[in-house]
Amino acid sequence: MEIDPFIFRLSIFILAIFVGYYVVWSVTPSLHTPLMSVTNAISSVIIVGAIVAALAGDNNKIFDTSNIFGFLAIILAAVNIFGGFLVTHRMLAMYKKKRKDK
Amino acid sequence: MSANLLAIFYLVSGVLFILALRGLSSPETSRRGNFYGIIGMAIAIGVTILSIGNFSTGFVFLLVFLLIGGSIGAFIAFKIPMTAMPELVAGFHSLVGLAAVFVAISAFLNPEVFNLGFPGNIKIASLIEMSLGAAIGAITFTGSVIAFLKLRGLMSGSPITFLGQHFINLALGVILIGLVIYLCNTQKEYLFWSLIAISFLVGVLLIIPIGGADMPVVISMLNSYSGWAAAGIGFTLENSALIITGALVGSSGAILSYIMCKGMNRSFFNVILGGWGATEDSSKSVSKEQKPVKNGNADDAAFLMKNASSVIIVPGYGMAVAQAQHALREMVDSLKKNGVKVSYAIHPVAGRMPGHMNVLLAEANVPYDEVFELEDINNDFANCDVAYVIGANDVTNPVAKTDPQSPIYGMPILDVEKSKSVLFVKRSLSPGYAGIDNDLFYRENTLMLFADAKKMTEEITKSL
Repeated sequence: MEIDPFIFRLSIFILAIFVGYYVVWSVTPSLHTPLMSVTNAISSVIIVGAIVAALAGDNNKIFDTSNIFGFLAIILAAVNIFGGFLVTHRMLAMYKKKRKDK
Repeated sequence: MSANLLAIFYLVSGVLFILALRGLSSPETSRRGNFYGIIGMAIAIGVTILSIGNFSTGFVFLLVFLLIGGSIGAFIAFKIPMTAMPELVAGFHSLVGLAAVFVAISAFLNPEVFNLGFPGNIKIASLIEMSLGAAIGAITFTGSVIAFLKLRGLMSGSPITFLGQHFINLALGVILIGLVIYLCNTQKEYLFWSLIAISFLVGVLLIIPIGGADMPVVISMLNSYSGWAAAGIGFTLENSALIITGALVGSSGAILSYIMCKGMNRSFFNVILGGWGATEDSSKSVSKEQKPVKNGNADDAAFLMKNASSVIIVPGYGMAVAQAQHALREMVDSLKKNGVKVSYAIHPVAGRMPGHMNVLLAEANVPYDEVFELEDINNDFANCDVAYVIGANDVTNPVAKTDPQSPIYGMPILDVEKSKSVLFVKRSLSPGYAGIDNDLFYRENTLMLFADAKKMTEEITKSL
């Protein structure tokens, strides 16, 4: 009897939830806002689906309905990826320790 | 590129995303973590493009759209003031949600490219997965838009409730499940569109009854939803990077919601079912009237703090509204010159999103090792001379410990009342969001400073 590949994906999913659970509990509360913006950025990895959707199909008719939705999703996800990572970077750059000379 | 190699690269980016979150366990490692996240994203995008291997017109369009979106994102990221961070995050959530909906739609319209079957004959499992992804994505989208409007002040922050609200939500939920089942049986296109339309409606209905100060929970919850939507799409596309990321983001948002609910001593459902602030204030505001308060000015406050040996600052949402964080830092600098020991106390639900106050203080160059969480600093109030409460209210209300009748009873609060004297910067005596009077205002050792938080802080600095 063969195992359905779905089960493997489900295993990855469940294990990743546990990884997420332990990793996020170890995030210091003062960085909860950057945590939200960075999770925002990484969840935009959905762009890989958008790229496949946008570029799929016949070359001569790139603007099929499903391609258009793919391209729209690319724009949305790109806003999020660049915006999310950059704003996280901007925030994290502000967290400084006390200067020694004080 | 072979499918196996592709899958391995996706796994690598999934691992890099885990490291990105892991880095946030301390500010020192966090910047490296963010860098890991960027590499993970670059790998995922790069290998996807290579795997398609189609560098014709479509590819040019892809780059153009990527650049358009990217520049918009970069522009926003550089321009946004730190006080607007909650609405920015809400706005970004809405984009993830909508992107998930769009990807689900293209997968539904053109299932061959994703190996999901053919239009009208899509694999049942894939259909369920994409319906889930689309529905959660749609709820995330409209929910986040409402949250954005409320946070931005374009829509009233007070809860909007109407009769039979919960019943309608329940009914819509049942309809959604029915639609998915029916869709699996018949593969009709219009069912898929109605599913998305109803999910959009559910998103609106879920968030409108939730009031402004409950936004930390809402934002965390929508964060979680956007993750589950991504995971749903990940299952459809059989993409491990998406599945891993979705699970990470989903559990991250769920944990944050839990922390926020605990910070208010309320159950998640109590917040989601909403309407708390609206019902309470009418009954409570009548009972307390005409109690004497001690009214002070900037000079009094400056005198008190200058002669103190330790001061604890308690910032709240009011500080964010007044943009007083820089003025506050300047005041603290002059206090330090006078030899006063200053620290900051942050309540978990201060502000409109998790960690909101920390970011603002960091922006004003407050070193993060002077900023403490509730449980780390609460015992210090007993030994501190002055507590300077700026823009916070409910989180300091001792009634949470004494009056079982109070709606905030049991909520962990900062023990501000234990310090020798309390300075309250507030515009008026009006109650906070919970609609309950704060006992502290009328205490012997409390001095009320009625003014805008920023102006008052600046004046105090001048008199120091």
